[in-house]
Amino acid sequence: MPSYFGDQPGTVMSKHLSGSQIVCEALLNEGVSVVFGIPGGAILPLYAVLSQYPDLRHILSRHEQGAAHSADGYARSTGKVGVAFATSGPGATNLVTGLATAMMDSVPMVAITGQVGRAAIGTDAFQETDITGATLPVTKHNYLVMRAEDLGATIHEAFHIARTGRPGPVLIDIPKDVFTEMGEYDPDAPIDLPGYNVPGKADESQIDAAARLINEAERPVILAGHGVVLSRSFDELKELAEKAQIPVVTTLLGISSFPEDHVLSTGFPGMHGMAYASLAVDQADLIINFGSRFDDRIVGDAKRFSTGSKKIHVDIDPAEINKSIRVDAPVVGNLKDVFGQLIPKVKQTTHVEWLQHIEHLKAEHPSLKIPESDRLMGQHVVKALSDVTKGDAIITTGVGQHQMWAAQHYQFKNANSWLSSGGAGTMGYEVPSAIGAQVGNPDKLVWSICGDGGFQMTLMELATAVENHLPVKYAILNNNHLGMITQWQGFFYNGDYQAETYTANPDFVKLAEAYGIKGIRVRTQDELEAAINEANAHDGPVVVDFVIEKVDDLYPMIPAGQSVQELIEDPN
Amino acid sequence: MASGNGTHQRTISALVQDKPGVLARISGLFRRRGFNIASLAVGRSERPGFSRMTFVVEGPDEVVRHVAAQLDRLIDVVEVHDITESNIVWRELALIKVSAPASSRGEVLELTNVYRANVIDIGVESLTLEISGGRQKIDSLIELLKRFGLLEVIRTGRVATLRGTLVEGEDDGLFQADASKPTYILPVPTGETGSV
Repeated sequence: MPSYFGDQPGTVMSKHLSGSQIVCEALLNEGVSVVFGIPGGAILPLYAVLSQYPDLRHILSRHEQGAAHSADGYARSTGKVGVAFATSGPGATNLVTGLATAMMDSVPMVAITGQVGRAAIGTDAFQETDITGATLPVTKHNYLVMRAEDLGATIHEAFHIARTGRPGPVLIDIPKDVFTEMGEYDPDAPIDLPGYNVPGKADESQIDAAARLINEAERPVILAGHGVVLSRSFDELKELAEKAQIPVVTTLLGISSFPEDHVLSTGFPGMHGMAYASLAVDQADLIINFGSRFDDRIVGDAKRFSTGSKKIHVDIDPAEINKSIRVDAPVVGNLKDVFGQLIPKVKQTTHVEWLQHIEHLKAEHPSLKIPESDRLMGQHVVKALSDVTKGDAIITTGVGQHQMWAAQHYQFKNANSWLSSGGAGTMGYEVPSAIGAQVGNPDKLVWSICGDGGFQMTLMELATAVENHLPVKYAILNNNHLGMITQWQGFFYNGDYQAETYTANPDFVKLAEAYGIKGIRVRTQDELEAAINEANAHDGPVVVDFVIEKVDDLYPMIPAGQSVQELIEDPN
Repeated sequence: MASGNGTHQRTISALVQDKPGVLARISGLFRRRGFNIASLAVGRSERPGFSRMTFVVEGPDEVVRHVAAQLDRLIDVVEVHDITESNIVWRELALIKVSAPASSRGEVLELTNVYRANVIDIGVESLTLEISGGRQKIDSLIELLKRFGLLEVIRTGRVATLRGTLVEGEDDGLFQADASKPTYILPVPTGETGSV
């Protein structure tokens, strides 16, 4: 039986192995312990050796999109590289949405796909798709490996690329007969990537320019993006914010990078963010952007975005600097290093008037007031989840109104406990990503907040949760509508409602039971607490069908491409 | 350099790994970011295993200025220089097959000499000329040959290189690639505020 740690400690030598064995040994050497995937013809030779590697846990997904999102959820919640397996053709193309989701949000992933045999490539063979061609725009890099002896080095390169710099997904396509070909594997072969530099510390002159702006500012705001989460710079962000007493707004993906019960926490701005956060950004004289790409959901109309402020943009990707917003002080480097360089140069100070003004904005624009209603609303559900779990759960979401209610009303206590598809906006992310998060965090409570639309895009992964004894709790905010679509058709298409209503939703409680899962239905506010407690106490997956108000528009709202001047805070 | 209607041309030189699919990665990037390639020249470089590409790209100024930064994100791209504002020499090459029966052959050969082009093939009714130089020179010869009857015109893209440094202290830093720094010139606004 092959040993992936070499014959003697410290003397790992080149070994003669099959391509499949090289893949498994290289994965283990990269510290991979779990893989999400589905077999198929072209990748069967890899599955044929899995029994030789019991330390490589394979979780059988029900759809390759689910495998990709599970690997993504695992990666986001643990900081490790998520791994997915799929076969050629449709198996590989089914990964594409998951890769695009990971690419847009800079999530480290490695996907391994089987390909038809080398002789059949380019002949339109059965289940042949040019997946390296198809995934060019949605991967950080990809490979077609034509020789078994190149497999080991390629896999180590792929992991290096996936996890360093600005992280992202990497796909490795392997022809069927390369899995069975014998080749040498040297785990210590050096990585040769002459065109790939990993930014570390920033140039001191950039740091000095940024520090000068921070020390001169009277109304500074920190915009904390996903980069803070990806670089695990939570403590550093807090240290800097506290030292100079700077209010912190986060992006949607920056949520849970800064404790929400902190006095400097100022919510998230943008299309459905808190009005006070959008106003703070608009009225600031300095925006310090840590690891956000000035996404259009925050910026809206770039010409009218926070026109009175100077801007510092810290990013690991130099291509993001000046991409959408022209900045005064660019800083290119690894965020963790940059914080280390910047904090000593920032003066300990406070901004009493500005902080008082922010408090005033928060009081004047509470934004998150839940409308008076006897009926059950999505906001009630999230608020109850937040209260009952004390902000201690890992939350995953889909995309739409439920996602924004989750972002607005769940008060996150722990760093990196918010998993949501921000850039790609992938409905259906909620179900499989929660599985990945639970696999990576077996002792934590994972709640997946779902829309009834998104849930039905990937619900087949409930079987994966059952099969692997993963006690994920699914909260369906069920209004039999594509809620955000309904809202947009009401706002922007003169109320011409089309294809927005789901008239044939299944009975989600019976559906859960069909999978052998506990199902609970909640129709009123009074039932919330007990139902959530019951779900938390159950030793296994649970689906809670929260039957919520049919039409309930989401506020605050800044229409797409507009600015804070067009902010609709409350229709009443 | 501006070329009217608000678009700009930039010349970019890139050293890339000579691997399958590199051109597809680069052309895919250009397509999805909305960069328009005015010309592209690719060939083996002085380093084994590496090719050099020279692009001329067109588009709105703020978009085109990001071409170098976006290119540098590609793993197979080793070095990128936006050499538009640098001290460069550049050439294009054209092969021109022109109708040249005995009656007009003399006149065509005269133009060939004036433009320092070379005759590389002679047929009964035609001549094939080779000319290299700047775009305007080639454009102007083609224009003059039109009245004889152009049978075929084949033009390469621009190839460009930085001039050798002649004066001490004039080094703009582009000649020594420092692995710790981006090798392209990223425009950073000075003293401007607000948004684009």
